[in-house]
Amino acid sequence: MKAGSNRIEAVVTNVVAVNELVKRFHFERADGGLLPTFSGGAHIVVEMRDDEKTRLNPYSLMSTPLDTRDYRVSIRRDDVGRGGSLFMHRKVKLGDRMVISNPVNLFSLDLRAKKHLMIAGGIGITPFVAQTSQLAAGTGNFELHYAVRNDALATYADVLRERHGSRIHLYRDDHGETLDLARVLATQPLGTHLYVCGPAGMITWVRNTAAAAGWPAERVHFEHFAAPQPGRPFDVRLAVSGVEIQVGEHESLLEAIEAAGLDPPYLCRGGVCGQCETNVISHDGKFLHNDHWLSEEDRQSGCKIMPCVSRFEGKSLVLER
Amino acid sequence: MGINFRQETFRDDYSFKNSPEQIRRFPFPFPEDKYMYSVNIEPHVPGLKDTVFEHLFDVDEHYISEMQDRALVLAEDPLRCQSLPHMELAGWDTLELLMTEKAKSYPDLFTLTRDGDKWHWINRPLGIDDHFTFGDSSTLPYGPLEYITRQSQGDFAVLDQRDNNLWMDAGIVTTQADWSLDFDIGMNFFEWHAPVPLAHQMGVFTRALKFLMALQQGQPSRRHNWTMTINSRLDTSPENFHKWGTDRATVTPENVGQKVHLRVEVQMFFRLPRSNALLFPIRCYLLKMDELVTSPKWARRFHRVLRDLPNELAEYKGLVRYRPTVVEWLSKYDDGAPTSAGLGPD
Repeated sequence: MKAGSNRIEAVVTNVVAVNELVKRFHFERADGGLLPTFSGGAHIVVEMRDDEKTRLNPYSLMSTPLDTRDYRVSIRRDDVGRGGSLFMHRKVKLGDRMVISNPVNLFSLDLRAKKHLMIAGGIGITPFVAQTSQLAAGTGNFELHYAVRNDALATYADVLRERHGSRIHLYRDDHGETLDLARVLATQPLGTHLYVCGPAGMITWVRNTAAAAGWPAERVHFEHFAAPQPGRPFDVRLAVSGVEIQVGEHESLLEAIEAAGLDPPYLCRGGVCGQCETNVISHDGKFLHNDHWLSEEDRQSGCKIMPCVSRFEGKSLVLER
Repeated sequence: MGINFRQETFRDDYSFKNSPEQIRRFPFPFPEDKYMYSVNIEPHVPGLKDTVFEHLFDVDEHYISEMQDRALVLAEDPLRCQSLPHMELAGWDTLELLMTEKAKSYPDLFTLTRDGDKWHWINRPLGIDDHFTFGDSSTLPYGPLEYITRQSQGDFAVLDQRDNNLWMDAGIVTTQADWSLDFDIGMNFFEWHAPVPLAHQMGVFTRALKFLMALQQGQPSRRHNWTMTINSRLDTSPENFHKWGTDRATVTPENVGQKVHLRVEVQMFFRLPRSNALLFPIRCYLLKMDELVTSPKWARRFHRVLRDLPNELAEYKGLVRYRPTVVEWLSKYDDGAPTSAGLGPD
């Protein structure tokens, strides 16, 4: 199962600079029809053809699920990343044709919740923009707490406040405003589900605070939006297909495997879903595990790697691909 | 196109039978002369003409009669259709999927007109012409799941996905091989599969769950399962076991051909877009032994499969009592010749 086998030909119908770091891209079907219905929290994978290099990056859909004439994603520019966001910011223009995937939801609402309590940090706001639209259209009860650096980077805070009024709570670092999480958690009605999307440190903080307050893990939902990190190039032998590949500095191992013509399964491309898990046949060197999937035992054993985000430094690596 | 809908019963006088064309399109489930569990999942894509896989949701000559039988079951036992409160959105997803696919596959039978959330649905075989508001259950005579599945052959389980598991939180189940929605409602994937022998140890369910949780929108899958049924009863439910259980003691060498049926389930899996739930349609096809042996290949192969079936599986499928009689009857049609590859009749 993979997004790549169900690709949608799309046209970029709008590019909006939301603030100094974030741009929003609108996609419509090239054939003019409606895009597939989706649920709040879903992402799409955008294929970027940058000269001879192909990158596939996941981005949360932030348009309302009620209107599928277009899909909208908001992308924060990452000046030290592998270049996917830079490509989107610098090279993608109105009218460009791009290939996107069907929506996939790995961060869906638990519809049993009596109330949805959402905590966002920075660009982690995007899935909540779609989820709050979905909930507001029905009878969904929600409350959103959103931490930002300053007003200039409070992406969509104005839009969310206009749509949802006092259900939106904003915290600006430069104004010394802080989220009193323990108090917010303590005052929720029974049956509330907690959702968090933001930097890794924030996710850990929210999960730990909730656990300390006695929240069951089944009621705490989180989405990491970590992209693959660049790193030193390394060589890999793919034993099943008998191919030697080199993974470039700004390339993920998964992308290098795909560039060699292989078609491994994937869903999230962010080290979360487990689809691309690959067996290691032998290695001489050090793994740089960046995923949220493998257990500590898996890592210790040296028998598995998640090629979407993890890397390797050393003499040789042989994978079962 | 013109489907010649049959008037027939699945109870009392059991007037169900298959036309010769319907026999040819029967989804015979055995690719070789023996059977063991496998996950056997494949992409559910529209397939060859004149097979049950031509369209995503097959409508055949039994459509009207099967829907009448479902209405009888529901009138006696409304708990055959249930939906926990958080599953209403998945019900609307199901209604949208079934209406759009039926209207696309069979435009002469079904028409759907959408104007925003104002929908108009025409079902000509069942004489239905309804206007309703998508998302507003008060504009339909039943909830969205029950409304559309009273017009769709096969059972439907709707599985919520959360906490790294799937939960049987809604469905309509009236044509089942001895399982009960009312018993299973609210259970997770491992709980409702607990009675199945051997497969747990083989790791089948762990692998299947992993696969299903990753199933994506727009990429449905299918598998099949099989059992046998005495008399052409669709509703072989635990609730009505007292009505059909004893039928298994009535098989004689003289009545095998008409009384004993191969029962094949085509099970499909769809990711639903708004609710992120999984829709699991289970479509039942029945074939009399007299109809099966019109294909010499199917007769030879089914004889060998049934004869060599492991005892645990025969026990689980409820075949133990009449298996020797049916194997003996089928042996007359098996000259020992090799069977050709593939599933087709010959």
